[in-house]
Amino acid sequence: MIEVKEIVKQYGDKNVVDNLSMKIMKGKITSFIGPNGAGKSTLLSMISRLIPKTSGEIFIEGKEIGEWDDNELAKTISILKQSNYINIRLTVRELVSFGRFPYSQGKINREDIKYVDKAIEYMQLRSMQHKYLEELSGGQRQRAYIAMVLAQDTEYILLDEPLNNLDMKHSVEIMKILRGLVDKLGKTVIIVIHDINFASWYSDYIVALKNGKIVKNDKTNQIIDEKVLKQIYDLDFRIQDIESNKICAYF
Amino acid sequence: MDNKRKISFFIIISTILILIFIFSGLNSNNKYYFLSKRIPKVIAIIITGVSIAFSSMVFQTITNNRILTPSILGLDSLYIFIQTFIIFVLGSGHIIVTNNNLNFILSGSLMIFFSALVYKFLFKKNQNDILFLLLAGLILGSLFQSLSSFMQMLIDPNEFLHVQDIMFASFNNINVKVLWISSLLVFILTIYTYKYTEILDVLSLGKEQSINLGINYDDIVKRMLIVVSLLISVSTALVGPITFLGLLVVNLAREFLSTFKHRYLMAVSGLISIVALLGGQLLVERVFNFSTPISVIINFIGGLYFIYLLIKENKI
Repeated sequence: MIEVKEIVKQYGDKNVVDNLSMKIMKGKITSFIGPNGAGKSTLLSMISRLIPKTSGEIFIEGKEIGEWDDNELAKTISILKQSNYINIRLTVRELVSFGRFPYSQGKINREDIKYVDKAIEYMQLRSMQHKYLEELSGGQRQRAYIAMVLAQDTEYILLDEPLNNLDMKHSVEIMKILRGLVDKLGKTVIIVIHDINFASWYSDYIVALKNGKIVKNDKTNQIIDEKVLKQIYDLDFRIQDIESNKICAYF
Repeated sequence: MDNKRKISFFIIISTILILIFIFSGLNSNNKYYFLSKRIPKVIAIIITGVSIAFSSMVFQTITNNRILTPSILGLDSLYIFIQTFIIFVLGSGHIIVTNNNLNFILSGSLMIFFSALVYKFLFKKNQNDILFLLLAGLILGSLFQSLSSFMQMLIDPNEFLHVQDIMFASFNNINVKVLWISSLLVFILTIYTYKYTEILDVLSLGKEQSINLGINYDDIVKRMLIVVSLLISVSTALVGPITFLGLLVVNLAREFLSTFKHRYLMAVSGLISIVALLGGQLLVERVFNFSTPISVIINFIGGLYFIYLLIKENKI
């Protein structure tokens, strides 16, 4: 379990994340939603220790994030940011192999190769594993990055706007993969997402943020509610049930 | 050719050049004199070549930028400033100028002291922002440059000739004692850096991926920056400012190898560096008869390559 206690991130004298506490359940998909500037990405970056927090505590499996050994933490939690520009020419397989770094420190052994093969297989990248990343389409590249995170074999997988720049088909594909990670492989997935219908359809829990504070943190069907959403986005929503999932229309 | 064969290829070329450099024109009458001159020169070239190549490679990796050289840290400008200042205040006849050992130790330690000061100040104030460090280096570098040119304007024209000598790298007056200290330092730093080659591979994925993969990013970047400034300080104090060579050899190594593995990249860039310096020095000595300093040749070829690089990267 991940537990966040009274966490604050201050830039200048603005609190981007403002005294926020919450718990994230294991074995579920939790989505962070909210308008731009709500502090979603900042929160995710702090949980994954990409940026330091100003104050507060983050417990991962009961241990404060600062007390974790860097390498051990990399075997427990992984993060994928929205912009993944890499300066060097890498093939898919080379990228995925990097995911084994916390285990092998760069010297890949047979065990690592097994994990890399499994990740490539799972993300259906076998036919293009020797292609360079820049030869791939946006959706394929996103899959390659997720394969790398899979090879890293962490309990928690954090993704910052994984659907960014993807079309509908590829967005659905990625969300199904994430759902599969939770349902089939028992991982815990935490995502920052803008498309509220994707959040509604695929996630178990939603954390709604606004101005660095939590508006509501609950099961998905409690959040996808006309009143709650209006409070978050200042927009009028109409919500309908389709196959027992709630779908929102907003104008 | 796979990477190991490419490395062997460059080892062979550099060995051939070393042999030509040491043994050409040697006969029984002049061999003692020539050998005593040429061997230190070759060692100096190897040390400088390796330091420049390694420091540039590491620097480009930690800054994630393929067209930067460590000269942006301002150490070369500081070196020229120190030298100009000494000549300006004490005169070119003073022992610090004439005694190579003393000069090496003084300018080397001042450069190391300067980088320690800058890092300490910046890392405390502005945690882990490498761009801020580059900016500070750039500003301090131009400050030293302006101060040096100011003194060069005021200085006696005869003294200015000495200053001008120092502004260009040269392998012609290498002191053997200094050479031992620098060889030892560069050797230790090389071994130290080679322990980090796998981590450097990960660093080339960028800051966020490095942290994700469990690297203590701030700590490693600090360590590597210290290694870079030590290497630059040693090579600059030994032969003079020549960091531009780094841009050339590091990018050539990347072109030749098309791998991201620093284990190979660093070896090949070091070897190319040695080949370029030996070739350049042979040109200086045997073709131009010492009429032009080696850094002019290197900067000319490096400049051309730099323009080519800009045009090529622009196309993609």
